Amino acid sequence: MNGLASVALWLLLAQPPVQVGSKVFTESVVLGEVTTRTLTAAGVPAVHRRELGGTRILWDALQRGELDAYPEYTGTLAEEIFSGKVSATLDALRPALASRGVRIAAVFGFADSYALGMKAATAERLGIRRISDLQAHPQLHFAFSNEFLDRADGWRALQRAYALPQTDVRGMDHDLAYRGLAAGAFEVTDLYSTDAEVQVLGLRVLEDDRRHFPDYQAVLLLRDAAATPPVLAALSRLEGRVSAPDMVAMNARAKVDRVPEAAVAADFLRARGIDTGKLALPGRARRLLGYLRDHLLLVGVSLAGSVLVGLPLGILAARRRRLGQVVLAAVGVLQTLPSLALLVLMIPLLGIGARPAIAALFLYGLLPVVRNTYAGLTGIAGELQEAAEALGVSRLTRLWRIELPLASPSILAGIQTSAVICVGTATLGALVGAGGFGQPILTGIRLDNVGLLLEGAVPAALLALAVQGLFEWLGRLVVPRGLRLGRPQ
Amino acid sequence: MRPLLLLDNVSRAFQGVPAVHPLTLAIAEGRTTVLVGPSGSGKSTLLRMMVGLVRPDTGQVLFEGRLLTPESAPAERRRMGLVLQGGGLFPHLTVEDNAALVARYLGWAGPRVAARLQLLLERVQLPATVLRRYPAELSGGQRQRVSLLRALMLEPALLLLDEPLGALDPITRSELQEDLRATFRTLGTTVVLVTHDLGEAAYLGDTLVLLRDGRVVQSGTAEDLVRRPADDFVERFVRAQRALPR
Repeated sequence: MNGLASVALWLLLAQPPVQVGSKVFTESVVLGEVTTRTLTAAGVPAVHRRELGGTRILWDALQRGELDAYPEYTGTLAEEIFSGKVSATLDALRPALASRGVRIAAVFGFADSYALGMKAATAERLGIRRISDLQAHPQLHFAFSNEFLDRADGWRALQRAYALPQTDVRGMDHDLAYRGLAAGAFEVTDLYSTDAEVQVLGLRVLEDDRRHFPDYQAVLLLRDAAATPPVLAALSRLEGRVSAPDMVAMNARAKVDRVPEAAVAADFLRARGIDTGKLALPGRARRLLGYLRDHLLLVGVSLAGSVLVGLPLGILAARRRRLGQVVLAAVGVLQTLPSLALLVLMIPLLGIGARPAIAALFLYGLLPVVRNTYAGLTGIAGELQEAAEALGVSRLTRLWRIELPLASPSILAGIQTSAVICVGTATLGALVGAGGFGQPILTGIRLDNVGLLLEGAVPAALLALAVQGLFEWLGRLVVPRGLRLGRPQ
Repeated sequence: MRPLLLLDNVSRAFQGVPAVHPLTLAIAEGRTTVLVGPSGSGKSTLLRMMVGLVRPDTGQVLFEGRLLTPESAPAERRRMGLVLQGGGLFPHLTVEDNAALVARYLGWAGPRVAARLQLLLERVQLPATVLRRYPAELSGGQRQRVSLLRALMLEPALLLLDEPLGALDPITRSELQEDLRATFRTLGTTVVLVTHDLGEAAYLGDTLVLLRDGRVVQSGTAEDLVRRPADDFVERFVRAQRALPR
């Protein structure tokens, strides 16, 4: 009902809220909050779709019009979006962006460059101050954020520019990398110069003595189609308003003091004369209920799809054995794709939000249903198959009255497996903006906040158990009594 | 007299191994024909051809003068009743639902189904209480009686039984042999029964068809087989039925 009401309201106002996105790291989320609150303070409806993953996902969503605005960095635009064909200056980027229907609505006022960092004590002991000093220490262990490892101006370019000899190089989540660095699992990682950890962990930022990393000025991208006068007027208030110390301080509040990003942004804006009104942060119960609703939507719709498609496919596979092998192999391949990859593959087709997550979960959930339907039907004892055939009823009646009931324990077990996998895998949906219990897990990892992480992980685990229980109960309902007595002989 | 069912020059091989060599066999109406022979003699394959579960590679099957084809088989099967060695009862259905499945599929009214069940329960000597039970709750002998009941439900023109007593203990087996004979006599229906037990064949059958390696070796009455064995094999098969000293 709530959903229907808001949809009705949407249509009534005929002006959808501005969709503000953010990447899956704290600074981006804070800037996303700052942007969203600046808009709403000016009376422009706006929603923040937070923690949507990496540059590609957000840029593509902007291009498709699913997002209207998101904070980005000039260096990233030049290297990642324009593949180094455009230099990382504002003057060069503005026309390049204009040709893609995007403009820079505000330059926040700070630069956030990539850098390499080490624990100060280690750097001191080895006498490392500059990146080129690393050449003399091939034994050092490196761990980089996955994005840094992959991107054009990342590790490989850096390695070439400085002729770095190190071979032990791992990829991991940016926030986990800080924990690893603190624990001494490796000595060098990439960081952003405005990261709160630089201060908190006492890190030494190595000097980029060959000027490898481009200038990463933080800017707010806005889709031209969304650039109405009220939006432009509101966002112009952010121009040059966030300094580097401001950003470090906000990052530290969010990450170290564990203040919600919304509150960090509201406090920051209030201090600069932009009153965003009373901050209404939902309580834990409300939050959990919201996650649960999103999660159940993801699991419910995708599972229904898996059953509706998987059951007929399984029946077909059992009927036509040769075709069946092809079908089973095909859905088997789907299952071998890493779930995260499948999720990201869906984005170009279906955009961001619940839809790609549902599609990925649906494909992922197919195999157990198809395989168990096939196994259940082909596993019917030969004599029963003959007896069924000899009855002289139609194939459909035979399937419906005899074969499916006989296969029902196996089919139900397949659906159960699918459901439990689905509940767990759906936590990844948060990466593409689908919400659910993955959201607090994602935020928890990002903020190194175990409490928040558990807020997603524990309910997700409990939900999986509940689903398991539900299917045991369903089994008593669906599986015919005669089968539960055990088969004759 | 026109045969009820005619296997006309049928043959069948499985994975290149012949199970039935070309043969012609007429099943006389109103009589009990027993296909008898050792394991692998092709008797079960012949029975399955009659009901259309196995298609002959060559030749044709005529039931009541009509050609049995994959298209016509489902409808023709409703004029046949099949009893399998393990009973072939559907474990998820009660005895009543097992027996009444096809009748209800054909749209029989409730009272007609109930009346028919009542009649058949008496014929196969089962109490009415078994109707609500599941196959897993029945003994082996009861299961075969239910299977017979199910096969008789639509008053078939032809009753086919594949080793119906093969999995039973000797006492139950003997009891059921007597009941089967009584039932066949009472109904006067045409019966084809498969067994490897010559004694059982002699007890139940009017005509015995002795098979070996997919060929008919001899057919006739039990007496014919015993007194005038066609060849050495028949003689050995007869002699293999060991009599107990009394």
